[in-house]
Amino acid sequence: MPVSDNPFYTALALILGMDQRLFDIVTLSLQISLIAVLVACLLALPLGAALALWRFPGRNIVIVMLNALMGLPPVVAGLCVYLLLSRAGPLGQWGLLFSPSAMVIAQVILVLPIIAALTRQQVESLHNEYDEQLRSLGLSPLRMIPTLLWDARFGLLTVILAGFGRASAEVGAVMIVGGNIDGVTRVMTTSIVLETSKGNLPLALGLGIVLLSLVTLINALAHVVSETAKRRLG
Amino acid sequence: MQKTTALVAAGLVGLSWSASLLAEDDFITLASTTSTESSGLFGAIIPAFTDTTGIEVHVVAVGTGQAFEIARRGDADSLLVHDTAGEEQFVANGYATERQNVMYNDFVLVGPSDDPAGISDSESAAEAFALIAESESPFASRGDDSGTNRAELRLWEDAGVTPQGEWYRELGSGMGQTLNTAAGMNAYTFTDRATWVAFENPQDLTILFEGDEALFNQYGSLLLSTENNPHLKHDLATQWHEWLLSSEGQQAIADFEVNGQQLFFPNAE
Repeated sequence: MPVSDNPFYTALALILGMDQRLFDIVTLSLQISLIAVLVACLLALPLGAALALWRFPGRNIVIVMLNALMGLPPVVAGLCVYLLLSRAGPLGQWGLLFSPSAMVIAQVILVLPIIAALTRQQVESLHNEYDEQLRSLGLSPLRMIPTLLWDARFGLLTVILAGFGRASAEVGAVMIVGGNIDGVTRVMTTSIVLETSKGNLPLALGLGIVLLSLVTLINALAHVVSETAKRRLG
Repeated sequence: MQKTTALVAAGLVGLSWSASLLAEDDFITLASTTSTESSGLFGAIIPAFTDTTGIEVHVVAVGTGQAFEIARRGDADSLLVHDTAGEEQFVANGYATERQNVMYNDFVLVGPSDDPAGISDSESAAEAFALIAESESPFASRGDDSGTNRAELRLWEDAGVTPQGEWYRELGSGMGQTLNTAAGMNAYTFTDRATWVAFENPQDLTILFEGDEALFNQYGSLLLSTENNPHLKHDLATQWHEWLLSSEGQQAIADFEVNGQQLFFPNAE
């Protein structure tokens, strides 16, 4: 990888040069975080909506816990997944520790509470607004979930992006469960930690700028898509 | 809807890609120290091993204490660390069947170039440590139960000092992070030579004491026991262990240089 004393030149050289190793690291980072967000969405969107619609004993406790888990330290999540997937742990026979799959699992655990808690909040305010209308259509809560999620889609996009931001920026968990293995589990954030520890600060910061640019690009893309859709659909 | 389809497709591609990674069986996981990884040694010697045997080596670089823990739990197939006493204990406890010397280098004491504790004229490492404690000059310790940390603590003991007080700062970090911090606060610190030579942010730090026999830093390779962990890739790990000790492996270690300087000296019997 190219090196210069100026992190901005380094970042520029990294982006323009795009050598194979950097390309692999960027691809792996995106793959892991996107899969983690996708899996988390499949679970968290219905869960959040259900929490918004159903009243059951202990509901407030669940909501408080979900909100609290938004602040779960990544290292703690990583440690839990490590102990689960370690050969000496309950899921040890799967042999997943120090693999990209382990990193996906850790990120799902970090992202799921964010998406579920924020979805709950979005859907609940929408539900309060349209409750009578939905009732007059005779929809059961189960049928209301997809309707409300669809109506809240633009707000939920931001929620999902928040989840993606958490996943792609996180380093503590993927370091522990991935092991930062060169060419196998080394992602953008763990590369930054490694280069910092080598004292190669310009390269570390350069990688940071590349990561930030990527995340900005993805957010811009999502923004454009949602704005276009809003205009089309009125 | 199209977006959903695209997302699901992307997910499936990703999953099949992780599955392909899982299916790959010709690799071993090696738990080792940060000094061997961040100096670039593994990047230089593993390709030669892979060329000869077709076996890939996945290096998880952590402190020696954590490397022992990873191996004890059965999460690594092989172990290469630098704490001979700890390694022998590991064999005695039945977690490994064999331990061999692979290579050595040495530790050095680095500190601010004006050397406020005056350690550069010391007769021995113990004297240098005693002088730092006496002058209460800031000292950055790894404090992470790594091999380097264990060696440092033994030297304080030799110096007859119990390091404590505001001048003694336990960082709980890897070697590179500790060097960054020591450079930032202009403190003395204890490091292996390999990490030091490859380190690119020394600022005002320089080597102030070196060359005492007590600073010898031996690396050993351990063949792990399959008794408690039958899933270990014992055959592949044995090939790695034996390659390290072979003339080819020893030569590869000797050939590794940073800035024209040899960092590890092979000494397998």
